[in-house]
Amino acid sequence: MTFKKGLKDGTPIMLAYFAVSLAFGVSAVALGVPNYVALIMSMTNLTSAGQQAGVIIVASLGSVLEIILTQLIINSRYFLMSLSLSQRLDKKFTLADRFLCAFGITDEIFAVAVSQKERVTKGYIIGLILLPFIGWSSGTLIGALIGDFMPEFIVNALQIAIYAMFIGIVLPDCVKNYKIIPVVLISVSLSAVMYFVPVFAPLKNVACVLCAIVASVIGAIIFPIPKEEGEQNE
Amino acid sequence: MNKTLYMLILVFVMALVTYIIRVLPFVLFKSKIKSNFIRSVLYYVPYTVLMAMTFPAIFFVTGNVITSTVGTVVAILSSLSKKSMMVVSAVLSVLAVLATYGILQLA
Repeated sequence: MTFKKGLKDGTPIMLAYFAVSLAFGVSAVALGVPNYVALIMSMTNLTSAGQQAGVIIVASLGSVLEIILTQLIINSRYFLMSLSLSQRLDKKFTLADRFLCAFGITDEIFAVAVSQKERVTKGYIIGLILLPFIGWSSGTLIGALIGDFMPEFIVNALQIAIYAMFIGIVLPDCVKNYKIIPVVLISVSLSAVMYFVPVFAPLKNVACVLCAIVASVIGAIIFPIPKEEGEQNE
Repeated sequence: MNKTLYMLILVFVMALVTYIIRVLPFVLFKSKIKSNFIRSVLYYVPYTVLMAMTFPAIFFVTGNVITSTVGTVVAILSSLSKKSMMVVSAVLSVLAVLATYGILQLA
């Protein structure tokens, strides 16, 4: 549970984040966002999905309300992760420690932290967050800087990286719990309807999130998670 | 208002909202959410949100349906393999797209 072990466990996450944030940096500048704005975005947000959606709104100078709504819903899962992880912290965690460490709760960091056999210490969490943070920030910066010089077909190819990472997060869990599959299929079907049916166009930015909520509610009704006394790992 | 300044304001708002979502449960020592219905909804949300964002958009993301589809298939297959690593999936998908693009150019 040392800082050093945190660094070690965070290394594969750092690599994935570097690759994906590189693609993010490239697409951010392609949308017209200045490179340092993309860097600041990555350093202050540390979310792949949220930034993917948010950068489009930022680039098109959307409204503050749009940003708040989309970020609230796309990132809502961090609420549950945070709640879950907060119950597995070492006793020595102070309030100040919590304010600090909460910043780094991402899908991947949460998954690693929550799978530890012992309660997680502050040193471990900080070590775990540090390298991914550096990877995510530096990848964004490099992507943003070289984005302008990259041939278009490479820029296009890189766009798929972040979606590949999302698939990499969801599919293994689908294998462990088959019930997720139909719920995801509902979400994807709704998303396809939103995508192809023109009448829904004005809702585009929040569309994904609406589909997800509807599908999740349906999933909760037909496949509720087992009631448990103890902590539920995702 | 200056365009970049407005962008920075949006970025700041993004970061604030995200941080609040993360920090609130972490510092409030809240007891577990009791309703199994709400817990179930929250359980599915990460998967449904990520996949709604990914599909069908991923099929058009590179600007070419064929290369996008190849990349998607590679992403799915590499995620399912036993020794899957996120970075490997991401890199393989990009390479698959580039390879397909190259093949289409030669055809």
